[in-house]
Amino acid sequence: MWYYEKKLQYPVKVRDCNPRLAKYLIEQYGGADGELAAALRYLNQRYTIPDKVVGLLNDIGTEEFAHLEMIATMVYKLTKDATPEQLKEAGLGAHYANHDRALFYQNAAGDPFTATYIQAKGDPIADLYEDIAAEEKARATYQWIINMSDDPELNDSLKFLREREVIHSLRFREAVEILKDERDRKKIF
Amino acid sequence: MFSQFKYWEPYISPFDPCPPIRVKSYSTPPNLYINFQPPGMPQFKTPKQALLHGTLWPDLYSPYPNPAKRGDQLE
Repeated sequence: MWYYEKKLQYPVKVRDCNPRLAKYLIEQYGGADGELAAALRYLNQRYTIPDKVVGLLNDIGTEEFAHLEMIATMVYKLTKDATPEQLKEAGLGAHYANHDRALFYQNAAGDPFTATYIQAKGDPIADLYEDIAAEEKARATYQWIINMSDDPELNDSLKFLREREVIHSLRFREAVEILKDERDRKKIF
Repeated sequence: MFSQFKYWEPYISPFDPCPPIRVKSYSTPPNLYINFQPPGMPQFKTPKQALLHGTLWPDLYSPYPNPAKRGDQLE
């Protein structure tokens, strides 16, 4: 069960009306390395992972939903007042024809979200290594979007999200360290 | 201490169609150099600072874009 806090994890401000950026940002919404894929991946893996790291997957999976909400807010703000003409110019004509200004789980190229983005191998090490890779890929995706965006306020939020990917990657590495630890061996600190 | 960005020089052909980017770089964030966060790492002075950086610990902060970026480099 979850408690919902009616505020964003980090403030989202958008300076310019720039629907084209929304087209790129949707990659983090419904793309293979996006926040939806991340949240579903971790929250699904937690059932079959050793209990020492279940809590970690639960926490990070939950935080990914908070990130998803931030991305949704960005996309919404960037498109809500754009005219059909502006959307067309931004390459969102096909999206408008299908969805109006509604958000849709798809990547920047318009491919709909698919469960095949998410792996669940059942092997704890394989799953955690995938999670580490997913975080690094999400970090890189944020970098490429920041490189294309000249909105300083939006970039501020994107940099926050990018840093969270760095921290999550470290936490998954720590989870691997916990699982490979020789429990019976005496440790001297 | 490690560096947050690494640089490399790709091969430049005399027949490249676009003006060459001589130095390319990529981000190597702190998580690559820490297997397990040690206890008692120093934290940011204020909660607001921590929020703005996205982490409680300055040592885990990864700047982007590269603050030392030069014009001839590509992230």
